[in-house]
Amino acid sequence: MAKKELKPSQIAAQIEAENAAALEALRKRREKEHRKMEKSKGTNKQVGKSWKNDIGIFLFLTFLGLFMLLPIYIAVVTSIKPVNEIFIMPPRLYAMDPTFDNFKDLFIVANNSWVPFSRNVFNSIFVTVTATVLHVLFACTAGFVLAKCRFPGAKAINKIVVIALLFNSQVTYIMQYIVMAKLGMINTYSALILPLIASSMGLYLMIQSVSTIPDAMIEAAKVDGANLMRICWGIVMPNSKPAVMTIIIFQFQAAWNSNGGSLVYDEALKTIPTVVQQIAAAGIARQGAIAASAVVLMIPPLAIFIAAQSNVMETMAHAGMKD
Amino acid sequence: MAAETQKKEILLPNERKMSFKERWGYTWHEMKRNKMCYIMLAPFMIFFLVFTIIPVCLALPIGFTDFDMAHFPPKFVGFQNFYTMFLEDDVFIGAIRTTLIFAIFTGPLSYVLSFFLAWLINELHPVLKTVFTLIFYAPSMAGNIYFVWQLIFSGDTYGYLNAALTELGITTSAIQWLTDANYVLVCVIIVQLWVSMGAGFLAMRAGFQGIDKAMYEAGAIEGISNRWQELIFITIPSMGPQLMFAAVMQIVSAFTVDIVGRSLAGFPSTDYKVHTIMTHAFDYGWIRYEMGYSSAICFVLFLAMLICNNLIGKLLGKYMN
Repeated sequence: MAKKELKPSQIAAQIEAENAAALEALRKRREKEHRKMEKSKGTNKQVGKSWKNDIGIFLFLTFLGLFMLLPIYIAVVTSIKPVNEIFIMPPRLYAMDPTFDNFKDLFIVANNSWVPFSRNVFNSIFVTVTATVLHVLFACTAGFVLAKCRFPGAKAINKIVVIALLFNSQVTYIMQYIVMAKLGMINTYSALILPLIASSMGLYLMIQSVSTIPDAMIEAAKVDGANLMRICWGIVMPNSKPAVMTIIIFQFQAAWNSNGGSLVYDEALKTIPTVVQQIAAAGIARQGAIAASAVVLMIPPLAIFIAAQSNVMETMAHAGMKD
Repeated sequence: MAAETQKKEILLPNERKMSFKERWGYTWHEMKRNKMCYIMLAPFMIFFLVFTIIPVCLALPIGFTDFDMAHFPPKFVGFQNFYTMFLEDDVFIGAIRTTLIFAIFTGPLSYVLSFFLAWLINELHPVLKTVFTLIFYAPSMAGNIYFVWQLIFSGDTYGYLNAALTELGITTSAIQWLTDANYVLVCVIIVQLWVSMGAGFLAMRAGFQGIDKAMYEAGAIEGISNRWQELIFITIPSMGPQLMFAAVMQIVSAFTVDIVGRSLAGFPSTDYKVHTIMTHAFDYGWIRYEMGYSSAICFVLFLAMLICNNLIGKLLGKYMN
């Protein structure tokens, strides 16, 4: 009798060991894949490769890259130009006497409006953080279920998610407004936050990425007695870190740049992009301040993207549509 | 006959032909068994339903009404909105033309451009790869810095482009880039291209990185002699999924050109030169509050996007196989 009681625990231990082995193997494979991706192509035998060709490509890309960067560069330069230099003719591509006056100006102008600028900054951070956290939590659980569970309706929902990639919030804005007006959300934080949570892009990337995790691992955990929630957060998500990082970045960008100008009319609820737009409405005279605000707005998404660049590339490798 | 019955026995319960009642009973049973799945799906799906599915599905019903947000219920007018749109609204017909011009230039052109950029970047050293990916992706991250383009295309000699052209002696007087009907479309297309290296571009970059290097070696042995052949016979066929994803992203950005035009050329633009379908929907929705008409416009746009999506899906599918 005692022997029989011991058996299940032995099996459990064995399964646990197998589980750990499978996890380790997966991690190793991922690392290997990653290293392969990172590895320079010095060893391969591709045809038509030459040192001259590479220089040509580099020069061409540099030329195009300068065109891509020029507007951003002008924004940065304009933001550190003192007023007398902004109106020099012809305009210069550098600042002779760089100052941070425009950034100070921006805060003065913004503080002189109805509510202090700190309030708008708080709004932006609050909206971005809430929308990102909720989106990531919900998209991860939903993505896991849609990728790995079979239940009535799963296929249909997967198809709908793919089609929904076409209908981003820009196209459905007017109908969304009608729905939100009906639900009494206009002029509240929910009008700014809730539509962002439903972005189909994040869910799609999550589904694609989770499908690459071997079924055996999930089956083993099921046998182990873990429920779906445990499997999702304990096993699948730690192994989908790049995807989680990627949807955090995309969502952060979308939320940080979202301009809820027509959804809220209370000054105390407006986010930075909306306020910047109002300042920009003053026209060319505020050029310095506008440029300063653009630079301030640009920095957070850029910094986050640079920090997590390799994660994004790994996730996008799985982003393809297979059918 | 005997073979048929034998076959039936082997079939699994969900593959066997079942009566209507049996099938629903089975589905219901499966649904109860997977209760946890639905619970985990629910939070996202509720938001998804309210803010994506319902708005998209509402476009057609509201399109049949005359609705201004103030008078409930909306007045049913049948096909009146669609009739007006296609037969009486000259601006809308112009908007279709403008949208198509944008769709052709920013759609396929930017698609091919991002593919080639991704390809060229992939040929470089890993550090340079990272740098160039960042450079080309930066504009779509920078958000709304269209005001810089306003500085560049500014109509007086304070504008960078005008200043540069006069300095070089190409022109003698300032050109009104953003208000002259001859130039405004080109300017907006350039800015739209500038901002179009988004998620689709990243997917293509990743797709190139994911291709097995052994394929190229095998190709070289099989007799592939230059990079073009390599591209056509190896690279493109093994990037199908990424190409499809990028195509969807491209369709979305090509059909919804609006905000760039409005921020650069003002609203309404000279001669409605950059007035797209999306701008028209914005005009009727936000400025005139004719939500019924605006929804009808959006519905037509949805339809166009879906059709385009299916066509491209079929074309790419054919090419891949």
